[in-house]
Amino acid sequence: MENFYGQLINLFAALLLLIAFGMLSQRRVLSLINLFAMQGLVLSVSTMFVAYTSHQHHLYYSAALTLVLKVLILPWILHRLIRKLNVKWDVETLINIPTTMLVGIALVVFAFNLAAPISLMAGTITKSSLGIAMASVLLSFLMMITRSKAVPQVIGFLAMENGLFFAATSATYGMPMVVELGIALDVLVGMFILGIFFFQIRETFDSLDLKHMEKLKED
Amino acid sequence: MEILWILAIPLIGGLLLALFGCQRFAPELNSAMSFGTFLASAFLTVRVITDGPMTALNEQFFVDSFNVFLVALTAFVAFTTSLFSRPYMRIEQHHGKLSINMLRLYHSMYQLFTFTMLLALLTNNLGIMWVAMEAATLTTVLLVSLYRTPASLEAAWKYFILCGVGIAQALFGTILVYFAAEKVLGAGGTALLWTHLDVVKTQLEPTVLSLAFVFLLVGYGTKVGLAPLHNWLPDAHAEGPTPVSAVLSGLLLNVALYAVVRSKVLVDGALGSHLAGNLMMGFGLLSVVMAAFFLSRQKDVKRMFAYSSIEHMGLMTFAFGMGGPVATFAGMLHMTVHSLTKSAIFFAVGHAAQQTGTQLMERIRGLIKTSPTIGWGLAIGTLAILGMPPFGVFASEFMIITTAMHSYPWTTPFLLAALGVAFAAIFGRMQTMVFGETTEQPLPHPPALVPVFVHLGLVLLLGLYIPPYLADWYRQAAALIG
Repeated sequence: MENFYGQLINLFAALLLLIAFGMLSQRRVLSLINLFAMQGLVLSVSTMFVAYTSHQHHLYYSAALTLVLKVLILPWILHRLIRKLNVKWDVETLINIPTTMLVGIALVVFAFNLAAPISLMAGTITKSSLGIAMASVLLSFLMMITRSKAVPQVIGFLAMENGLFFAATSATYGMPMVVELGIALDVLVGMFILGIFFFQIRETFDSLDLKHMEKLKED
Repeated sequence: MEILWILAIPLIGGLLLALFGCQRFAPELNSAMSFGTFLASAFLTVRVITDGPMTALNEQFFVDSFNVFLVALTAFVAFTTSLFSRPYMRIEQHHGKLSINMLRLYHSMYQLFTFTMLLALLTNNLGIMWVAMEAATLTTVLLVSLYRTPASLEAAWKYFILCGVGIAQALFGTILVYFAAEKVLGAGGTALLWTHLDVVKTQLEPTVLSLAFVFLLVGYGTKVGLAPLHNWLPDAHAEGPTPVSAVLSGLLLNVALYAVVRSKVLVDGALGSHLAGNLMMGFGLLSVVMAAFFLSRQKDVKRMFAYSSIEHMGLMTFAFGMGGPVATFAGMLHMTVHSLTKSAIFFAVGHAAQQTGTQLMERIRGLIKTSPTIGWGLAIGTLAILGMPPFGVFASEFMIITTAMHSYPWTTPFLLAALGVAFAAIFGRMQTMVFGETTEQPLPHPPALVPVFVHLGLVLLLGLYIPPYLADWYRQAAALIG
């Protein structure tokens, strides 16, 4: 039975990675937000399974927190924002998508190698998913680098936080509750501040394209 | 008890100013709250002098010889900066750069920023320290973009994204530390408490901790402004309001370095090797050299002093990296004097830029004619930051360089060349700004320059005489850091 749940959690980890690749290849902002919400859902469900198998009750709270924050509140704020800002156009990437995917695969291999010695030490049921967590952090990072518009960059930032959260549950059964609450608060406040910030950028530049923001350079 | 007051006053201040920030007395309320925080930190300091280190509230907070002086320094600089910001922000408003709502945001965020800095210093929990560092970015990002100019928005965006990504690396490092600690201390509450980790640091898994340190150094190092992760720093300093530049340089960089050094202690204990120190020396030396050469090419006065901050943070990181009683002592002394001097310089520079209406150095002339206090403040501050004796910066730089000569002689030419280039660049620019002819008009509100001279007086004092309890803290902390 233990083994069955282990397999199930691994399945969710694989889904997480798949969604990370999906985000990397997605051109439309709306679909990007939906993918982000889906990633949150996978994260929440897998946390719930970890909580059930390991009898760590505080993980149920984390799973609930993830569900509320990352599946409901953040996507809702993002949807509202893009409706108000009226940005539904396609996302331009700086490097073309097939190249990005290839770089992404290389990153995954790198992440698995980096995580291998640590995974050996993890006593948790989910130890093999540490590599996946690290890979999804790096993939989100790649997504931030390759996107030139503000909203996708922020989604990349939030997806990176998802990866980190998954690393925390998979390697250690979650951080102490007070820390997790603090992190959730930071993410939420950060989202509000970014919302204000988007409007400021739009007001000043008439667009959310970051290509306008390359004036400050050393000459 | 004092710890609670130190944290409660700025938090309440932030809420009060969010409510009453539109009133005429908001700047005074801001100063009053900062003064309250400073008083509380003074009481805490006295307590620590008589009773020694302590923990509070189920060990969630702690004070030892390493963070006590930083708490006092942070509260002090936050208080003097709030005094400076009173006339400064009034003049900005007079010039039509700020609306009353922007001022409300500014005052409220200023208090909350102070709160996050003090929380990061006082908390015993490495996770909460991370939360506080991230919150510090969040509170200051809207302050950097306060003027809503295209350049300030770009600077704020860069600041948010770079520090956000950086701090995410630090979170991963913290998770790894927790992963290693949980094996020894058991899951749950105590495994992230620094005082507990310090006791068991030799039993922590070395491979995990070395990987964790790389992430922590890159993460918090981004906030320290270490090269090559420094890109946000000059922009944020140059485009934000000057009081924000002063607290970023004087407080945020110090607190981020504090986080790096705390991590170093654990890693050193676990590894028993000099890996952490070597990494810090490398990043530090690179920052010193890189900053010195960029510094000489700057045209904007606040950008130039921002690069000077990178240089000095690099020097401190290098000193902590070398380790040993003398270098660590010097690193802490340098943290203290750099924070005081750099914020004093930003006060003077801020008023100078207001008077001339530009931050371009070639158009700032003859400060000493229109306002002798601004001129002298900038001149003396510059001499102090360049490490002229008898100021405190000289003492700390002297100790750092002599230790480097003794232990790592190959680094000496790089350090001396960088300090020489920085000296030539800043000194030459300062002369043309301070002296010379000008037709500028004096400011509409009298500038507040008492903080400048109080800071510089303290730096001078620390160059000549270090109070025995402060020297004791430095020594004890140096023994702790190793």
